[in-house]
Amino acid sequence: MADTIELRDIEVWDGNMAASQALRQVQVDVVAAYPITPSTPIVEGYAGFKANGYVDGEFVMTESEHGAMSCCIGAAAAGGRVATATSSQGFALMLETLYSASGMRLPIVLNLVNRAIGAPLNVNGDHSDMYMGRDSGWIQFGAYSPQEAYDLNFIAFKVSEDHDVRLPAIVNQDGFMTSHTAQGVHTLSDEVAYNFVGDYKPMNDMLDLDHPVTHGVQTEEDWHFEHKARQQHALMTAVLPKIQAAFDDFEKLSGRKYNIVESYNMDDAEVAVVCMGTSVETAREVAEEMRTQHGIKAGVIGIRVFRPWPLEQIAAALKDVKAIGALDRSSPHGAMGALFNELSGSLFNTETKAVLTNYIYGLGGRDLTKAHLVGIFTELKANADALKPTTPLQQYIGLRGPKLSFF
Amino acid sequence: MSEIKKIKNLKEFSTSADRFEGANLLCPGCAHSIIVREVLNATNDDLILAASTGCLEVCTAVYPYTSWDASWIHIGFENGSSAVAGAEAMYKALKTKGRLKQPDRTPKFVAFGGDGATYDIGFQWISGCFERGHNMMYVCLDNEVYANTGGQRSSSTPIGASATTTPAGRISYGEKRNKKDMMAIMAAHGAPYVAQVAPNKWKDMVAKIQKGFAAEGPVFINAMSACTTEWKFAPEDTISISDLATDSLVFPLYEIIDGTQLNITYRPKNIIPVRDYLGAQGRFKHLFTKQNEYLIDEWQARVDAKWDYLQRREEASV
Repeated sequence: MADTIELRDIEVWDGNMAASQALRQVQVDVVAAYPITPSTPIVEGYAGFKANGYVDGEFVMTESEHGAMSCCIGAAAAGGRVATATSSQGFALMLETLYSASGMRLPIVLNLVNRAIGAPLNVNGDHSDMYMGRDSGWIQFGAYSPQEAYDLNFIAFKVSEDHDVRLPAIVNQDGFMTSHTAQGVHTLSDEVAYNFVGDYKPMNDMLDLDHPVTHGVQTEEDWHFEHKARQQHALMTAVLPKIQAAFDDFEKLSGRKYNIVESYNMDDAEVAVVCMGTSVETAREVAEEMRTQHGIKAGVIGIRVFRPWPLEQIAAALKDVKAIGALDRSSPHGAMGALFNELSGSLFNTETKAVLTNYIYGLGGRDLTKAHLVGIFTELKANADALKPTTPLQQYIGLRGPKLSFF
Repeated sequence: MSEIKKIKNLKEFSTSADRFEGANLLCPGCAHSIIVREVLNATNDDLILAASTGCLEVCTAVYPYTSWDASWIHIGFENGSSAVAGAEAMYKALKTKGRLKQPDRTPKFVAFGGDGATYDIGFQWISGCFERGHNMMYVCLDNEVYANTGGQRSSSTPIGASATTTPAGRISYGEKRNKKDMMAIMAAHGAPYVAQVAPNKWKDMVAKIQKGFAAEGPVFINAMSACTTEWKFAPEDTISISDLATDSLVFPLYEIIDGTQLNITYRPKNIIPVRDYLGAQGRFKHLFTKQNEYLIDEWQARVDAKWDYLQRREEASV
């Protein structure tokens, strides 16, 4: 039996330590991982727990991220709790296997510490890696702080391992801004944390020697479509209710409330920005100031669940605003930003007349300042008053040199 | 340690198969199925299996069917080794935690991959698994070509063979590079057991598989798998072609223990000229022309030199 750790009610942890502690508390059976900035301290922390007897699962330090996820898949199919962590280039390298994990319906939790993808090489935070995985069939949660990175890991295991779901889950946190920024984190005791997720319940486990199973079969035009359709069916029907139930249970346990769509000051909001990660906290602060100092009824929608995309909840949350700014922290490379497109898809068949514009910001760790957000809210107010775009549809924010905008 | 299975004769051996079904889509005459049966039949222990993408995989697990009566997993082309390593890690974890459903049974972990999946695209993953010391056996079904996709060259394709990406033509004799020495590379990992086997020498193969299963740590088996389709010989000639390969010493049978002790395990009574092996296969047909015939002499010289090298290592006990 692994030794327990007596945690203080509030520990000073960065996002990486918060995730690492969560992996320890749920007593993952196999962690297979490869170090990469800025997620490295998650696996270093876990290695420390292993070296000191606080976990008794297997810790496999592989030769690459692709090997890490390949081992995770083999381990999950064998029948036990599995987790890993990565960022950026490493996530890109494991991308092939992400589709395998979800297609084989294997619960695995991946802590993705968001970082830009080169070239040019860059170790700092943006959401390029998160976006790269968005069609891979994984559930994707977004944390805005170390506290949320901690809490959402428990939610992720609980939902992912549910037999009605059986899909892998990613917990996103911003590289450095969350992963390396120490804050107060309210903890759960080891026992309470473990019991919230519960014992792993195997299904189609290879290690049940009396019931051999075949994982990862070949299907062509005869069955491939049906398999992918069942996967989509589970994502679209089972996952959000399970997430909501897990959020409800977690609130009863911890007093901390999570929502599938995080609305801030939205009840009477005239304008709103929609964003992810640490930007949500900055945007909330500025939205408050827009009300008190600028007389603009500003609100913020934070994306808590990026996949499956909560289309109805998003549409409902935005139904009364007149102007929306979609803030994308990834280079769209030849299109509108992904959030802009998701919001367009969510709002198109609704009654809304809201003006929707797109801001590309923060690539490679560039700061999104309060001044930037004041500017965005001010532009959105002009759009709301004019009931049409008064700016280009896509603008780059915080870019040096000449202004860059499209459409 | 589990008991080693006793095998009396070929008839008993060949009819004891119950974990790899004859109901599969492999070509008539394919050596893969013979090798897989010989590996699986060498033990009575439970098996956890993996396969890399390739002929074996696409021919044995086409939904809703499976040819496997043991747990089996396929992920991709390059990572059959890591798949079984992950399962082995889970086995160890659940054993430590007392959560195995059948705690008294000790399964063996085996990954199969073709030479493309082993010598080329999966090389890094295999190297990682061996360096980490997983308790697993990796069996390369070495047919010296990307057979599943129609005969492209791999780094196992021997010099002079005509493959679709190194075709013999008016000014080319086909593949220009020597076959990669995977045995030496895997032995250099310090693996406890590395062996080359051929399906026609089934007693030798079974002895080696059983030695491999008895070893602690990662075991590499390079199994020559004569390919009727890409080597271009009649399906009923698989075993006779395999005999030509082992008796001409093109494919010598030997083992390397702990990376340092090399033993030759088969010495043909009558060594056959390499020319006879090459001449029996369509992939070498173009060598038998005036402009290319020198390559056959070079082949013979290379095989002689390798055999000499193996004998010197065996004698020196290194």
